[in-house]
Amino acid sequence: MIRILLPYHLRNLAQVEDEITLKVEGIVTLNSIINSLVAEYPMLQGTILNHLNQKRRPLLRFFVCGEDITHDSMDTPLPDAVLNSTEPLIVVGAIAGG
Amino acid sequence: MPGVRLLVGTRKGAFILTSDADRKKWDVCGPHFGGWEIFHMKGSPLNPDRLYASQSSGWFGQILQRSNDGGKTWEPVDNTFAYKGETATHQWYDGSQHPWDFKRVWHLEPSLTEPDTVYAGVEDAALFRSTDGGISWHELDGLRGHDTGPSWQPGAGGMCLHTILQDPTNPLRIFIAISAAGAFRTDDGGKTWKPINRGLRSEFMPNPTAEVGHCVHRIALHPSRPTTLFMQKHWDVMRSDDAGDTWHEVSGNLPTDFGFPIDVHAHEPETVYVVPIKSDSEHYPPDGKLRVYRSRTGGHEWEALTNGLPQSDCYVNVLRDAMAVDSLDSCGVYFGTTGGQVYGSADSGDNWMPIVRDLPAVLSVEVQTLQ
Repeated sequence: MIRILLPYHLRNLAQVEDEITLKVEGIVTLNSIINSLVAEYPMLQGTILNHLNQKRRPLLRFFVCGEDITHDSMDTPLPDAVLNSTEPLIVVGAIAGG
Repeated sequence: MPGVRLLVGTRKGAFILTSDADRKKWDVCGPHFGGWEIFHMKGSPLNPDRLYASQSSGWFGQILQRSNDGGKTWEPVDNTFAYKGETATHQWYDGSQHPWDFKRVWHLEPSLTEPDTVYAGVEDAALFRSTDGGISWHELDGLRGHDTGPSWQPGAGGMCLHTILQDPTNPLRIFIAISAAGAFRTDDGGKTWKPINRGLRSEFMPNPTAEVGHCVHRIALHPSRPTTLFMQKHWDVMRSDDAGDTWHEVSGNLPTDFGFPIDVHAHEPETVYVVPIKSDSEHYPPDGKLRVYRSRTGGHEWEALTNGLPQSDCYVNVLRDAMAVDSLDSCGVYFGTTGGQVYGSADSGDNWMPIVRDLPAVLSVEVQTLQ
């Protein structure tokens, strides 16, 4: 199972209070996690990746195991610590704006 | 028992304000979708419990919400606003061509005749329609495909389609307005569109009377007289009596003819409301006095309505979608400010009271008259 920690507003939108735990088929990558996440929580469509062009929302970043993987390929396999639920994928919204 | 429900969209959430027909005591419910920009909310005229809300964020993009119980509960519906066909281009600020790029829904307009049909005006400017209550959206691409499309350009707030008016006597006729392209009309249900900007004059344009390029801020009509349109342009208050084919200025004695909203009294087709703003460089009322101006003569002659509104040190703005009228016997008029106040008048504007004073900046106000 994959653990995912979403920003506050996306947790509200998905009506979850804490981490999401998700089964992801195949190779575990950012793409496969986000696809599985949106399949399970369709209200999140377009909120992390713009579903019209598949680009990451510019004010969001992705972290695993303390590393910023935002600019890695979306198809890069993620570390074992993510696969075995030791570490979550963290989606972080920029602290910006008013 | 008759009453009214105000749907207020703000920078940080949605609020629903309700009152009985006296419109003296109000219940405030919200915020819904706290922390998100709610550009617009509107209810179906055929089913007042069916509401739509445009929920938007610079972080997370566009969400479309629907309620079937008057705003008590909400469910996200489809947020896929995909332009039809190959990506076209429009004029950018520097004069170059720029691809159309969806940013947000500015305005939602439920159909007058079909309970599950709703229109969405979006930025970059296009008109979408859903015939299944928001479950799916399809572009009416005849508008964006108009020959003049490549010459449309954004205003300071973006290239937004912000006004959608349906002709209650002819379901095939719709008026829309875009900043800064101008006003357009379809007479065939959205297949083809015609610019309706003759008579507008915009000094900032190389050709001040060009067919398109005018920064139209808002259009309004009275349902009983749908060939008469009133327009608040960037500068100038305008009127048309031939469904937009030609316009003439009716700014008359207004202290300034810059502003954003314009609306028509529910029972008097020649009674019109505007909120004059000092200038396009200073988006606040002249002299620090918040004044709604009313014309009972369809323009030209305007009177200031001030009773109950702040008449000193007031420097808020009133945005284009932030004014509405109810249809109770004594017409109610409402508007919201960028300072977070929502003001209401239960007597056609003669007297005003603040319904709430401290909301986030108000982006839109709509009203439902409940029977």
